[in-house]
Amino acid sequence: MRREDVVEACVSALRRAETTLPPWVEDLIRSARDAEGDSLALSNLEAILENIQAAASRGLPLCQDTGLPVFHILLGRKADLDFSLEEALAEGVRRATLEVPLRPNAVDPLSRINSGDNTGPGMPALIVDLVDGRDLSITALPKGAGSENMSVIAMLNPVDDPLEFVVRAVAERGGNACPPLFVGVGLGGTFDGAAALSKRALLRMPGSSPLELELLERINSLGIGPMGLGGDTTALGVKVERACCHTASLPVAVNMQCWAHRMATSIVGEDGWSIA
Amino acid sequence: MEHRLRTPLTSEEVLLLRAGDIVWLSGTIYTARDKAHARLSSWRDLIPLEGAVIYHCGPLLSGGDVISAGPTTSGRMARYASQVVDLGVRAIIGKGGLPGAADCLRGRAVYLAYPGGCGASASGQLRVKGSFLSDLGMAESIWEMEADDLGPMVVAIDAHGRDLYEEVRTRAQERLKC
Repeated sequence: MRREDVVEACVSALRRAETTLPPWVEDLIRSARDAEGDSLALSNLEAILENIQAAASRGLPLCQDTGLPVFHILLGRKADLDFSLEEALAEGVRRATLEVPLRPNAVDPLSRINSGDNTGPGMPALIVDLVDGRDLSITALPKGAGSENMSVIAMLNPVDDPLEFVVRAVAERGGNACPPLFVGVGLGGTFDGAAALSKRALLRMPGSSPLELELLERINSLGIGPMGLGGDTTALGVKVERACCHTASLPVAVNMQCWAHRMATSIVGEDGWSIA
Repeated sequence: MEHRLRTPLTSEEVLLLRAGDIVWLSGTIYTARDKAHARLSSWRDLIPLEGAVIYHCGPLLSGGDVISAGPTTSGRMARYASQVVDLGVRAIIGKGGLPGAADCLRGRAVYLAYPGGCGASASGQLRVKGSFLSDLGMAESIWEMEADDLGPMVVAIDAHGRDLYEEVRTRAQERLKC
Protein backbone atom coordinates (compact mmCIF):
# COMPACT_ATOMS: atom_id res chain seq x y z
CA MET A 1 0.00 0.00 0.00
CA ARG A 2 1.32 3.42 -0.96
CA ARG A 3 1.50 6.25 1.54
CA GLU A 4 0.43 8.87 -1.02
CA ASP A 5 -2.76 6.87 -1.69
CA VAL A 6 -3.60 6.95 2.03
CA VAL A 7 -3.05 10.72 2.13
CA GLU A 8 -5.19 11.30 -0.99
CA ALA A 9 -7.93 8.99 0.29
CA CYS A 10 -7.95 10.84 3.60
CA VAL A 11 -8.25 14.28 1.94
CA SER A 12 -11.07 13.00 -0.29
CA ALA A 13 -13.02 11.43 2.57
CA LEU A 14 -12.79 14.70 4.53
CA ARG A 15 -13.81 16.80 1.53
CA ARG A 16 -16.79 14.53 0.79
CA ALA A 17 -17.87 14.47 4.44
CA GLU A 18 -17.62 18.24 4.89
CA THR A 19 -19.48 19.25 1.72
CA THR A 20 -22.21 16.60 1.35
CA LEU A 21 -24.30 14.40 3.63
CA PRO A 22 -24.86 10.67 3.23
CA PRO A 23 -28.04 10.37 1.06
CA TRP A 24 -29.90 8.51 3.82
CA VAL A 25 -29.35 11.46 6.20
CA GLU A 26 -30.80 13.93 3.70
CA ASP A 27 -33.72 11.50 3.11
CA LEU A 28 -34.47 11.45 6.85
CA ILE A 29 -34.45 15.28 7.00
CA ARG A 30 -36.75 15.44 3.95
CA SER A 31 -39.17 12.94 5.53
CA ALA A 32 -39.13 14.94 8.77
CA ARG A 33 -39.91 18.12 6.80
CA ASP A 34 -42.87 16.39 5.11
CA ALA A 35 -44.26 15.23 8.48
CA GLU A 36 -43.54 18.36 10.56
CA GLY A 37 -46.59 20.19 11.90
CA ASP A 38 -44.97 23.25 13.52
CA SER A 39 -44.44 26.30 11.29
CA LEU A 40 -41.14 27.51 12.84
CA ALA A 41 -39.82 23.94 12.78
CA LEU A 42 -40.79 23.71 9.13
CA SER A 43 -38.94 26.96 8.37
CA ASN A 44 -35.78 25.58 10.04
CA LEU A 45 -36.00 22.23 8.22
CA GLU A 46 -36.45 24.04 4.88
CA ALA A 47 -33.39 26.20 5.69
CA ILE A 48 -31.38 23.04 6.45
CA LEU A 49 -32.38 21.43 3.14
CA GLU A 50 -31.48 24.63 1.25
CA ASN A 51 -28.10 24.67 3.03
CA ILE A 52 -27.40 21.07 1.98
CA GLN A 53 -28.17 22.12 -1.61
CA ALA A 54 -25.99 25.26 -1.38
CA ALA A 55 -23.03 23.32 0.03
CA ALA A 56 -23.23 20.55 -2.58
CA SER A 57 -23.64 22.86 -5.57
CA ARG A 58 -20.79 25.19 -4.56
CA GLY A 59 -18.52 22.55 -3.00
CA LEU A 60 -18.53 24.40 0.35
CA PRO A 61 -18.44 22.98 3.88
CA LEU A 62 -22.02 22.61 5.15
CA CYS A 63 -21.08 24.20 8.49
CA GLN A 64 -18.32 26.65 9.42
CA ASP A 65 -17.52 24.33 12.33
CA THR A 66 -15.71 21.77 10.21
CA GLY A 67 -15.10 19.92 13.48
CA LEU A 68 -12.25 17.90 14.86
CA PRO A 69 -10.95 15.16 12.56
CA VAL A 70 -12.25 11.80 13.78
CA PHE A 71 -11.59 8.71 11.66
CA HIS A 72 -12.89 5.17 11.87
CA ILE A 73 -10.19 2.93 10.44
CA LEU A 74 -10.80 -0.64 9.28
CA LEU A 75 -7.36 -2.15 8.79
CA GLY A 76 -7.02 -5.44 6.89
CA ARG A 77 -4.89 -7.93 8.82
CA LYS A 78 -2.93 -8.66 5.64
CA ALA A 79 -2.50 -5.01 4.63
CA ASP A 80 1.08 -4.20 3.72
CA LEU A 81 1.94 -0.94 5.52
CA ASP A 82 5.59 0.13 5.68
CA PHE A 83 4.86 3.66 6.91
CA SER A 84 3.14 5.29 9.88
CA LEU A 85 -0.62 5.28 9.27
CA GLU A 86 -1.09 7.96 11.95
CA GLU A 87 1.38 10.31 10.22
CA ALA A 88 -0.15 9.73 6.78
CA LEU A 89 -3.62 10.59 8.15
CA ALA A 90 -2.25 13.69 9.89
CA GLU A 91 -0.76 14.79 6.55
CA GLY A 92 -4.17 14.25 4.96
CA VAL A 93 -5.77 16.45 7.62
CA ARG A 94 -3.17 19.20 7.09
CA ARG A 95 -3.77 19.13 3.34
CA ALA A 96 -7.55 19.09 3.72
CA THR A 97 -7.31 22.10 6.06
CA LEU A 98 -5.74 24.08 3.20
CA GLU A 99 -7.60 22.56 0.26
CA VAL A 100 -11.25 22.01 1.33
CA PRO A 101 -10.65 24.35 3.30
CA LEU A 102 -11.31 23.51 6.97
CA ARG A 103 -11.40 25.97 9.87
CA PRO A 104 -8.39 25.43 12.15
CA ASN A 105 -10.09 24.18 15.32
CA ALA A 106 -7.46 22.21 17.27
CA VAL A 107 -6.07 24.09 20.28
CA ASP A 108 -4.01 23.14 23.33
CA PRO A 109 -6.47 22.61 26.22
CA LEU A 110 -4.53 24.87 28.62
CA SER A 111 -2.72 27.51 26.56
CA ARG A 112 -5.59 27.51 23.99
CA ILE A 113 -2.94 28.04 21.30
CA ASN A 114 -4.25 26.87 17.91
CA SER A 115 -2.01 24.47 15.97
CA GLY A 116 -3.37 26.06 12.78
CA ASP A 117 -3.78 22.80 10.86
CA ASN A 118 -6.23 20.67 12.91
CA THR A 119 -3.48 18.27 14.03
CA GLY A 120 -1.54 17.91 17.26
CA PRO A 121 -1.35 15.52 20.21
CA GLY A 122 -4.30 13.11 19.88
CA MET A 123 -5.48 14.71 16.63
CA PRO A 124 -6.63 13.27 14.33
CA ALA A 125 -8.59 10.99 16.67
CA LEU A 126 -8.61 7.38 15.48
CA ILE A 127 -11.00 4.51 16.16
CA VAL A 128 -9.27 1.41 14.81
CA ASP A 129 -10.63 -2.07 14.10
CA LEU A 130 -8.80 -4.99 12.51
CA VAL A 131 -10.69 -6.83 9.75
CA ASP A 132 -10.00 -9.57 7.19
CA GLY A 133 -8.24 -8.74 3.94
CA ARG A 134 -5.55 -6.42 2.57
CA ASP A 135 -7.45 -3.12 2.29
CA LEU A 136 -7.67 -0.04 4.47
CA SER A 137 -11.01 1.72 4.94
CA ILE A 138 -10.97 5.35 6.13
CA THR A 139 -14.26 6.81 7.35
CA ALA A 140 -14.12 10.52 8.13
CA LEU A 141 -16.51 11.59 10.92
CA PRO A 142 -15.71 15.28 11.46
CA LYS A 143 -17.25 16.26 14.81
CA GLY A 144 -18.35 19.82 15.62
CA ALA A 145 -18.20 21.31 19.11
CA GLY A 146 -21.82 22.47 19.23
CA SER A 147 -23.04 18.89 19.49
CA GLU A 148 -19.95 17.40 21.20
CA ASN A 149 -20.22 19.98 24.03
CA MET A 150 -23.76 18.83 24.81
CA SER A 151 -22.69 15.18 25.16
CA VAL A 152 -22.68 13.69 28.66
CA ILE A 153 -21.51 10.64 30.60
CA ALA A 154 -22.64 9.34 33.99
CA MET A 155 -21.85 6.46 36.33
CA LEU A 156 -25.40 5.64 37.39
CA ASN A 157 -26.50 3.54 40.32
CA PRO A 158 -27.35 0.06 38.94
CA VAL A 159 -30.96 0.52 40.07
CA ASP A 160 -31.32 3.74 38.01
CA ASP A 161 -33.04 3.76 34.64
CA PRO A 162 -30.41 4.50 31.94
CA LEU A 163 -33.07 5.12 29.28
CA GLU A 164 -34.60 7.85 31.45
CA PHE A 165 -31.10 9.37 31.70
CA VAL A 166 -30.80 9.46 27.88
CA VAL A 167 -34.20 11.13 27.37
CA ARG A 168 -33.48 13.63 30.16
CA ALA A 169 -30.09 14.48 28.61
CA VAL A 170 -31.80 15.39 25.35
CA ALA A 171 -34.52 17.35 27.17
CA GLU A 172 -31.95 19.42 29.04
CA ARG A 173 -29.11 19.72 26.51
CA GLY A 174 -30.41 18.70 23.09
CA GLY A 175 -31.68 22.12 22.05
CA ASN A 176 -28.12 23.48 21.90
CA ALA A 177 -26.75 20.60 19.82
CA CYS A 178 -28.40 21.68 16.53
CA PRO A 179 -31.38 19.32 16.43
CA PRO A 180 -32.82 17.31 14.78
CA LEU A 181 -30.23 15.06 16.38
CA PHE A 182 -28.62 11.71 16.00
CA VAL A 183 -28.22 10.37 19.54
CA GLY A 184 -25.39 7.89 20.09
CA VAL A 185 -25.76 5.93 23.33
CA GLY A 186 -23.00 3.91 25.00
CA LEU A 187 -24.45 1.61 27.62
CA GLY A 188 -22.28 -0.37 30.00
CA GLY A 189 -18.58 -1.18 29.77
CA THR A 190 -16.06 0.90 31.72
CA PHE A 191 -16.07 4.69 32.26
CA ASP A 192 -14.03 5.39 29.12
CA GLY A 193 -15.58 2.43 27.31
CA ALA A 194 -19.10 3.86 27.56
CA ALA A 195 -17.95 7.13 25.96
CA ALA A 196 -16.15 5.23 23.19
CA LEU A 197 -19.27 3.13 22.56
CA SER A 198 -21.40 6.26 22.26
CA LYS A 199 -19.08 7.58 19.53
CA ARG A 200 -19.12 4.20 17.76
CA ALA A 201 -22.93 4.33 17.88
CA LEU A 202 -22.76 7.36 15.55
CA LEU A 203 -21.01 5.17 12.98
CA ARG A 204 -23.95 2.78 12.93
CA MET A 205 -26.85 5.21 12.62
CA PRO A 206 -29.78 5.07 12.41
CA GLY A 207 -30.82 2.40 14.89
CA SER A 208 -33.82 0.18 14.24
CA SER A 209 -34.17 -2.12 17.27
CA PRO A 210 -37.34 -1.91 19.38
CA LEU A 211 -35.29 -0.28 22.17
CA GLU A 212 -33.82 2.33 19.80
CA LEU A 213 -37.18 3.11 18.23
CA GLU A 214 -38.76 3.47 21.68
CA LEU A 215 -36.03 5.94 22.70
CA LEU A 216 -36.51 7.84 19.42
CA GLU A 217 -40.26 8.14 20.08
CA ARG A 218 -39.74 9.29 23.68
CA ILE A 219 -37.20 11.91 22.55
CA ASN A 220 -39.46 13.21 19.79
CA SER A 221 -42.40 13.47 22.21
CA LEU A 222 -40.42 16.11 24.17
CA GLY A 223 -41.20 18.75 21.52
CA ILE A 224 -37.69 20.29 21.57
CA GLY A 225 -37.87 20.56 17.79
CA PRO A 226 -35.37 21.74 15.16
CA MET A 227 -32.86 24.19 16.72
CA GLY A 228 -34.61 23.89 20.09
CA LEU A 229 -37.44 26.19 18.96
CA GLY A 230 -40.20 23.58 19.28
CA GLY A 231 -41.73 21.03 16.91
CA ASP A 232 -42.27 17.36 16.23
CA THR A 233 -38.73 16.58 15.01
CA THR A 234 -36.14 16.44 17.81
CA ALA A 235 -34.15 13.39 16.71
CA LEU A 236 -33.74 11.53 13.43
CA GLY A 237 -31.99 8.49 14.85
CA VAL A 238 -30.95 6.80 18.09
CA LYS A 239 -28.35 4.02 18.21
CA VAL A 240 -27.44 2.09 21.36
CA GLU A 241 -24.15 0.19 21.68
CA ARG A 242 -23.83 -2.10 24.68
CA ALA A 243 -21.05 -3.79 26.63
CA CYS A 244 -21.05 -5.80 29.84
CA CYS A 245 -20.43 -3.72 32.93
CA HIS A 246 -19.45 -4.44 36.55
CA THR A 247 -22.29 -5.68 38.73
CA ALA A 248 -21.85 -2.55 40.87
CA SER A 249 -21.74 -0.14 37.87
CA LEU A 250 -24.03 1.35 35.26
CA PRO A 251 -22.05 3.64 32.95
CA VAL A 252 -24.09 5.48 30.29
CA ALA A 253 -22.81 7.97 27.72
CA VAL A 254 -24.79 10.11 25.30
CA ASN A 255 -22.88 11.44 22.29
CA MET A 256 -25.00 14.09 20.61
CA GLN A 257 -24.68 14.56 16.88
CA CYS A 258 -26.25 17.47 15.00
CA TRP A 259 -28.49 17.11 11.93
CA ALA A 260 -25.31 17.39 9.82
CA HIS A 261 -24.23 13.78 10.39
CA ARG A 262 -21.13 14.16 8.24
CA MET A 263 -19.55 10.88 7.20
CA ALA A 264 -17.68 9.61 4.13
CA THR A 265 -15.53 6.56 3.43
CA SER A 266 -12.49 5.98 1.19
CA ILE A 267 -10.94 2.58 0.52
CA VAL A 268 -7.20 2.10 -0.07
CA GLY A 269 -5.91 -1.07 -1.67
CA GLU A 270 -2.58 -2.28 -3.04
CA ASP A 271 -3.29 -0.71 -6.45
CA GLY A 272 -4.78 2.64 -5.44
CA TRP A 273 -7.75 4.17 -3.69
CA SER A 274 -11.42 4.95 -4.29
CA ILE A 275 -14.24 6.77 -2.55
CA ALA A 276 -17.64 5.14 -2.07
CA MET B 1 -44.83 38.13 10.52
CA GLU B 2 -41.75 38.83 8.37
CA HIS B 3 -39.48 41.86 8.72
CA ARG B 4 -36.70 43.19 6.47
CA LEU B 5 -34.34 45.34 8.55
CA ARG B 6 -31.15 47.32 8.00
CA THR B 7 -28.46 48.05 10.59
CA PRO B 8 -28.01 50.07 12.74
CA LEU B 9 -31.32 49.19 14.41
CA THR B 10 -33.49 51.69 16.26
CA SER B 11 -35.26 50.86 19.51
CA GLU B 12 -38.61 51.37 17.71
CA GLU B 13 -37.70 48.68 15.16
CA VAL B 14 -36.64 46.28 17.88
CA LEU B 15 -39.84 46.77 19.88
CA LEU B 16 -41.94 45.89 16.82
CA LEU B 17 -40.41 42.40 16.69
CA ARG B 18 -42.37 39.61 18.40
CA ALA B 19 -41.18 36.13 19.35
CA GLY B 20 -41.79 33.80 16.42
CA ASP B 21 -41.45 36.52 13.76
CA ILE B 22 -39.00 36.01 10.88
CA VAL B 23 -36.25 38.58 10.18
CA TRP B 24 -34.03 39.20 7.13
CA LEU B 25 -31.20 41.58 7.95
CA SER B 26 -28.95 43.77 5.79
CA GLY B 27 -26.11 46.13 6.63
CA THR B 28 -23.00 45.93 8.81
CA ILE B 29 -22.81 43.26 11.53
CA TYR B 30 -19.92 42.12 13.75
CA THR B 31 -18.97 38.54 14.62
CA ALA B 32 -17.88 37.84 18.20
CA ARG B 33 -17.53 34.63 20.18
CA ASP B 34 -15.72 33.38 23.30
CA LYS B 35 -12.36 35.17 23.16
CA ALA B 36 -13.74 38.44 21.71
CA HIS B 37 -16.26 38.56 24.58
CA ALA B 38 -13.44 38.05 27.07
CA ARG B 39 -12.11 41.38 25.72
CA LEU B 40 -15.45 43.17 25.86
CA SER B 41 -13.90 46.24 27.49
CA SER B 42 -12.08 47.05 24.22
CA TRP B 43 -15.17 46.99 21.97
CA ARG B 44 -16.16 50.63 22.49
CA ASP B 45 -12.84 51.77 21.00
CA LEU B 46 -13.14 49.46 17.99
CA ILE B 47 -16.66 49.50 16.63
CA PRO B 48 -19.76 51.77 16.60
CA LEU B 49 -22.08 50.01 19.05
CA GLU B 50 -25.24 52.15 19.09
CA GLY B 51 -27.88 50.03 17.35
CA ALA B 52 -25.24 47.46 16.40
CA VAL B 53 -25.84 43.78 15.66
CA ILE B 54 -23.48 41.13 17.08
CA TYR B 55 -23.27 37.68 15.45
CA HIS B 56 -22.11 34.71 17.56
CA CYS B 57 -20.08 33.17 14.75
CA GLY B 58 -16.58 31.88 14.12
CA PRO B 59 -16.49 31.96 10.33
CA LEU B 60 -14.51 29.79 7.95
CA LEU B 61 -12.73 32.22 5.61
CA SER B 62 -10.26 31.83 2.79
CA GLY B 63 -8.37 34.72 1.17
CA GLY B 64 -10.97 37.23 2.36
CA ASP B 65 -13.92 35.16 1.07
CA VAL B 66 -16.60 33.82 3.38
CA ILE B 67 -16.62 30.03 2.86
CA SER B 68 -19.04 29.03 5.63
CA ALA B 69 -20.43 31.20 8.43
CA GLY B 70 -23.33 29.80 10.44
CA PRO B 71 -23.94 30.58 14.12
CA THR B 72 -22.13 29.13 17.13
CA THR B 73 -23.80 28.15 20.44
CA SER B 74 -24.78 31.40 22.18
CA GLY B 75 -25.07 29.84 25.64
CA ARG B 76 -21.31 30.24 26.18
CA MET B 77 -21.68 34.02 25.76
CA ALA B 78 -24.87 34.36 27.86
CA ARG B 79 -22.93 35.68 30.87
CA TYR B 80 -21.95 38.78 28.83
CA ALA B 81 -25.44 39.55 27.44
CA SER B 82 -26.23 42.29 29.93
CA GLN B 83 -22.93 44.15 29.32
CA VAL B 84 -23.28 43.78 25.54
CA VAL B 85 -26.76 45.31 25.59
CA ASP B 86 -25.50 48.09 27.91
CA LEU B 87 -23.04 49.04 25.14
CA GLY B 88 -25.95 49.83 22.78
CA VAL B 89 -26.22 46.53 20.87
CA ARG B 90 -29.85 45.98 19.79
CA ALA B 91 -29.69 42.48 18.31
CA ILE B 92 -27.65 39.39 19.04
CA ILE B 93 -27.65 36.62 16.43
CA GLY B 94 -26.76 33.05 17.31
CA LYS B 95 -28.17 29.61 17.97
CA GLY B 96 -29.53 27.87 21.05
CA GLY B 97 -30.53 31.03 22.93
CA LEU B 98 -29.21 33.08 25.86
CA PRO B 99 -30.39 31.35 29.05
CA GLY B 100 -31.42 33.86 31.68
CA ALA B 101 -30.99 36.91 29.42
CA ALA B 102 -34.64 37.72 28.58
CA ASP B 103 -34.85 40.29 31.38
CA CYS B 104 -31.77 42.22 30.33
CA LEU B 105 -33.00 42.31 26.71
CA ARG B 106 -36.41 43.66 27.78
CA GLY B 107 -37.24 46.98 26.11
CA ARG B 108 -33.77 47.16 24.54
CA ALA B 109 -32.72 44.26 22.32
CA VAL B 110 -33.72 40.99 20.66
CA TYR B 111 -32.09 37.62 20.12
CA LEU B 112 -32.30 36.26 16.58
CA ALA B 113 -31.79 32.56 15.80
CA TYR B 114 -30.04 31.75 12.52
CA PRO B 115 -30.52 28.08 11.55
CA GLY B 116 -27.63 26.17 13.13
CA GLY B 117 -25.24 24.39 10.79
CA CYS B 118 -26.36 26.43 7.78
CA GLY B 119 -22.93 27.93 7.13
CA ALA B 120 -22.99 27.40 3.36
CA SER B 121 -26.24 29.38 3.01
CA ALA B 122 -24.86 32.16 5.23
CA SER B 123 -21.72 32.44 3.09
CA GLY B 124 -23.86 33.70 0.20
CA GLN B 125 -25.40 36.40 2.44
CA LEU B 126 -22.19 37.80 4.02
CA ARG B 127 -19.10 39.65 2.81
CA VAL B 128 -16.00 40.52 4.89
CA LYS B 129 -15.33 44.27 5.28
CA GLY B 130 -12.71 44.31 8.03
CA SER B 131 -11.44 42.72 11.22
CA PHE B 132 -10.55 43.59 14.82
CA LEU B 133 -8.63 41.68 17.53
CA SER B 134 -6.99 39.80 14.64
CA ASP B 135 -4.47 38.17 16.98
CA LEU B 136 -7.31 35.87 18.12
CA GLY B 137 -7.28 33.98 14.81
CA MET B 138 -9.91 33.06 12.26
CA ALA B 139 -12.63 31.66 14.52
CA GLU B 140 -12.24 34.09 17.43
CA SER B 141 -11.53 37.52 15.85
CA ILE B 142 -14.20 40.16 15.41
CA TRP B 143 -15.09 40.26 11.70
CA GLU B 144 -16.93 43.25 10.31
CA MET B 145 -19.29 41.87 7.68
CA GLU B 146 -21.81 43.29 5.23
CA ALA B 147 -25.03 41.27 5.39
CA ASP B 148 -27.33 41.05 2.39
CA ASP B 149 -30.71 39.68 3.49
CA LEU B 150 -29.16 37.47 6.17
CA GLY B 151 -31.82 34.95 7.13
CA PRO B 152 -34.27 33.48 7.69
CA MET B 153 -33.81 34.28 11.40
CA VAL B 154 -36.41 33.62 14.08
CA VAL B 155 -37.04 36.21 16.79
CA ALA B 156 -36.38 33.70 19.57
CA ILE B 157 -36.18 36.14 22.50
CA ASP B 158 -38.07 39.39 21.97
CA ALA B 159 -37.77 42.73 23.79
CA HIS B 160 -41.02 42.05 25.65
CA GLY B 161 -39.71 39.23 27.85
CA ARG B 162 -40.78 36.26 25.72
CA ASP B 163 -38.14 33.50 25.31
CA LEU B 164 -39.14 30.67 22.95
CA TYR B 165 -36.32 28.37 24.16
CA GLU B 166 -37.44 28.74 27.76
CA GLU B 167 -41.02 27.90 26.76
CA VAL B 168 -39.85 24.80 24.84
CA ARG B 169 -37.61 23.65 27.75
CA THR B 170 -40.38 24.12 30.30
CA ARG B 171 -42.82 22.12 28.16
CA ALA B 172 -40.21 19.35 27.68
CA GLN B 173 -39.73 19.15 31.48
CA GLU B 174 -43.49 18.79 31.95
CA ARG B 175 -43.63 16.03 29.32
CA LEU B 176 -40.73 14.24 31.05
CA LYS B 177 -42.86 13.96 34.18
CA CYS B 178 -45.74 12.32 32.27
